Amino acid sequence: MLNETNFLVPTSYYVILSALLFTLGVIGVLVRRNAILVFMSIELMLNSANLAFVAFARAFTDLAGQVSVFFVITVAAAEVAIGLALIVAIFRTKHSIDIDELHEMRG
Amino acid sequence: MLGTILFFILAAIAVASAIGMLTSTNAVHAALFLVLNFLTVALFYLGLNAPFLAMVQVTVYAGAIMVLFLFVIMLLGAERVELTSRLRWQAPLAIVLALLLMATGTVLVLSPEVNASLGLPQPLQGTPAETGFGSPAEIGTLLFTQYLLPFQAVGVLLLVAMIGAVVLAKGSLKQIDRKDEAEIQTPTASLERS
Amino acid sequence: MNGLFSLVPLIVILPFVGVLINAFFGRRLMPRRDGVAPGVIASIFSGAAFVIALLMFIALLGHREGAEVPFLTWINIEGAGLSLNIPWTFRVDTLSSVMMLVVTGVGTLIHIYAIGYMHGDIDEQIAKRGLQGDEALDFKRRRYSRFFTYFNLFLGSMLILVTGNNYLMMFVGWELVGLCSFLLIGFWFDDPTQEAGDASTAKGWLNSNAAKKAFVVNRVGDFGMLIAIFLIFWTFGTLEFDAVFSQAEALGPAAQVALGPLTFSLGAVVTVITLFLLLGATGKSAQIPLFVWLPDAMAGPTPVSALIHAATMVTAGIYMIARSNVLYAMAPVSATVVAIIGAATAFVAATMAVAQYDIKKVLAYSTISQLGFMIAAVGLGGYIAGIFHLATHAFFKALLFLGSGSVIHGMEHGHHAVAHGAEHGEHDHDEHSHPFDPQDMRQMGGLKDRMPVTTWVYIIGALALAGIPPLAGFWSKDEILADASGTNNLVYILLTVAAFFTAFYMARQVFMVFFGKPRTEAAAHAHESPPVMTVPLVILAVLSVIGGAMNLPIEGLHFLGEWLEESILHAHIGQFEPTTALLATALAVIGIVLGWLLYGREPSEEAERDPLMAAGPVFTFLNRRWYWDEAYAAVFVKPYNRFARFLADTIDWRFWHDFVHDSIIYEAFLAWSQILSRPIDLGMIDGAVNGIAEFIGGISQRLRRAQTGYVRNYALAVLLGAVVILGYIVVRFLM
Repeated sequence: MLNETNFLVPTSYYVILSALLFTLGVIGVLVRRNAILVFMSIELMLNSANLAFVAFARAFTDLAGQVSVFFVITVAAAEVAIGLALIVAIFRTKHSIDIDELHEMRG
Repeated sequence: MLGTILFFILAAIAVASAIGMLTSTNAVHAALFLVLNFLTVALFYLGLNAPFLAMVQVTVYAGAIMVLFLFVIMLLGAERVELTSRLRWQAPLAIVLALLLMATGTVLVLSPEVNASLGLPQPLQGTPAETGFGSPAEIGTLLFTQYLLPFQAVGVLLLVAMIGAVVLAKGSLKQIDRKDEAEIQTPTASLERS
Repeated sequence: MNGLFSLVPLIVILPFVGVLINAFFGRRLMPRRDGVAPGVIASIFSGAAFVIALLMFIALLGHREGAEVPFLTWINIEGAGLSLNIPWTFRVDTLSSVMMLVVTGVGTLIHIYAIGYMHGDIDEQIAKRGLQGDEALDFKRRRYSRFFTYFNLFLGSMLILVTGNNYLMMFVGWELVGLCSFLLIGFWFDDPTQEAGDASTAKGWLNSNAAKKAFVVNRVGDFGMLIAIFLIFWTFGTLEFDAVFSQAEALGPAAQVALGPLTFSLGAVVTVITLFLLLGATGKSAQIPLFVWLPDAMAGPTPVSALIHAATMVTAGIYMIARSNVLYAMAPVSATVVAIIGAATAFVAATMAVAQYDIKKVLAYSTISQLGFMIAAVGLGGYIAGIFHLATHAFFKALLFLGSGSVIHGMEHGHHAVAHGAEHGEHDHDEHSHPFDPQDMRQMGGLKDRMPVTTWVYIIGALALAGIPPLAGFWSKDEILADASGTNNLVYILLTVAAFFTAFYMARQVFMVFFGKPRTEAAAHAHESPPVMTVPLVILAVLSVIGGAMNLPIEGLHFLGEWLEESILHAHIGQFEPTTALLATALAVIGIVLGWLLYGREPSEEAERDPLMAAGPVFTFLNRRWYWDEAYAAVFVKPYNRFARFLADTIDWRFWHDFVHDSIIYEAFLAWSQILSRPIDLGMIDGAVNGIAEFIGGISQRLRRAQTGYVRNYALAVLLGAVVILGYIVVRFLM
């Protein structure tokens, strides 16, 4: 166990929670067919990673973790912008956001 | 004691909202569930001596990104998506693998060897207001000194993302004209599909 | 005067230069159809060779012992016991100078004659083949220059023969003149004249067969010559004349010679050598048994017959025997054989000549007969007589042949004139009974009015040949008869009878051809030949008249005899025997009178039979040349052909080719390659290679299914990978 004698909530709890949220995000990416929902699952995964970062930042009293979260959020924002623009562009041609419709590049 | 209980309550809300997002058929419902999840995570940040990040989370993630999601959902009319899938074994297999991942991750976190190799963390004395750990000032200092380059890079990245989003969403002029024509002829088509 | 001797290599080099010029540039030098450049060039080089011969003569006047002028070393092999050293050294002595003068002198005159003659001959061919314009010009240029190339080549080769100082150089010349004979006899190898659409009777075939016959028959003789050369080398260790003869003289006939494990007396060995040399001589000089090629060789153009088969090449045998006089003196047996063969040939050929109708065939048998005289002479030891007759015979026989060429050309011109006239409506009386043959004496007659020059020079030649004094032939033939009368009666009788026949058949020929009325329209329209042809005839006629002055049997006038004594060890100057001379002359006159009686007094019409046919089967026998060729064909040629055919068809074709090659080698190879290609190459190797490819294709076909195109599947794969890795780490490091 992470040494948590002086902590209110042990760091490992946060990490396990983070893992759980991450797993849920993975399931969402793999199972849902709505492109937007896939995106949202990805956001969930990123979020869980952020949570782990912050937990460890407090554990090691190192602000680097929080700065990393800052960057992750920024990048996630940019990624969402582009991704949704892509979805809009794809929707123009396919008239559907079912990602299973995009299977023409198969081997 | 209180902290632990609060933690578990919030954790339950987070997991429940995540599952709710995954299972809702209505995309708007899913987005709103996700907003709830984000808010919960922001509260976690508060408990973890990261007040700045909590505010950022609320402002950017829940405020901007999810709003954007909702915009797009409304634009595309994708509230409902059929559930029948052509890949029948995809979901079960995904769930199995994800649970495996979960299990592996848990084992790793809880194993003594990993703990030993990480070294003893230092305890934090006091709240953020007292120590300044996690305050905007501290983070700001780091951003402008140690992490200046990534900071600038991310700024460029945002610029590029903006331009990219404009370009992608705009499409070609012809495309716009044709789309406009289609829209004129069947103005309610996109709305009908939901 | 030694410096002059060193010019002698030019006598061979100059004709060969002529060969090269005519061979490479002959055509270019003849821009027009009546161009004569190749002929003139050849004659110039021939004449230059004659000048060199004259210079040698002049040089020898001061140094009668002669000289040997080395030119180059041909073979030089140093052996343990025996070493072979054959240089190309020119031997200039009185004998070779006589030969050189005769060859180049008569040769140049014939070259000049041929300048005009070949024009006519080639034009005949052009007419026969129907060539026109540029084609005709090209044909003419090619053939004209080719003829003179061969002619000069012959001259050079003959001079190599007579100037060699060893047996092998002589043999080189011997072979080369054989080659030139072949080339020139078969000059019209593609003459298309044929009988009634039957291509196998085309004259071209006859010509090339005659050339082949000449070569093959000569080969038999050359075989004998080679055996003799080998024996000479084996016995004496050298081939040079001086060395051989001095050794032979020194050792004497009783000396013992070791040849391999056996020992013989030198006399016996030399007898064998000389008999084989005789075999070679009978081939080249057309004696019994190898004379059969010479009548067929008349298929060549007339200048060829004149130069090669009358004046020069055929005399090579006599020259050789004269040169080897030392050896023949040591082997009296072979000398006698030589004489008998010569006399027999003289007799037999003279009888054959009596019954021939073709003008050139008469002269051919006459040549064989006269060569028999010469061979008999040298066989009896009368070397001077033989060489003397060689020279005079060259004069009048060349004259007769060239004259006959003139007659033939006149007849052909007459034929064309008649044909031309027939187009203009004149009636052609000729072509009723038999086809036109310009050489058939039965179609001639009365030519003395149409061709006066030819007639008179021909008569002179005929009289010289018959041996009427004071023409050249009388002196030389008489010397032979005188030698024979004292030595060998059989030979003397045969030669005398032959001389009688000689006079008779020449008279027959002259009367048939030149006197009486023309028996055909062609003869009636014949005309004289141009000066380029008649001038050499006149010169030769003059020589035939005064040639006897070379060696008059009067004290102090034996020029040739004394001259030759320097080179020929065993020569002796002949004595004048009045009785012999008188008898011979009387017989000649009787012969001529007989000829006049039969042919001159009542010149027969064309259709009338030859009066001699009254002799019935005898005449046929003579006309068919004693059936000699038929006998050879039955005994040698047919069995040989059968054997050759057997070897070719059965052994070579059916056994070797069909069986061994096709069945065994080819089939086996084919089967082997079938095995290699089908099961091994296609089955195994292709199977392996293709199998690998198919295997990989199959794998990739199956692996392709992982690329479903669904993004979610790909994400699943990523997750799978992550789980595997993490699981591995956990299992490996933590458990």
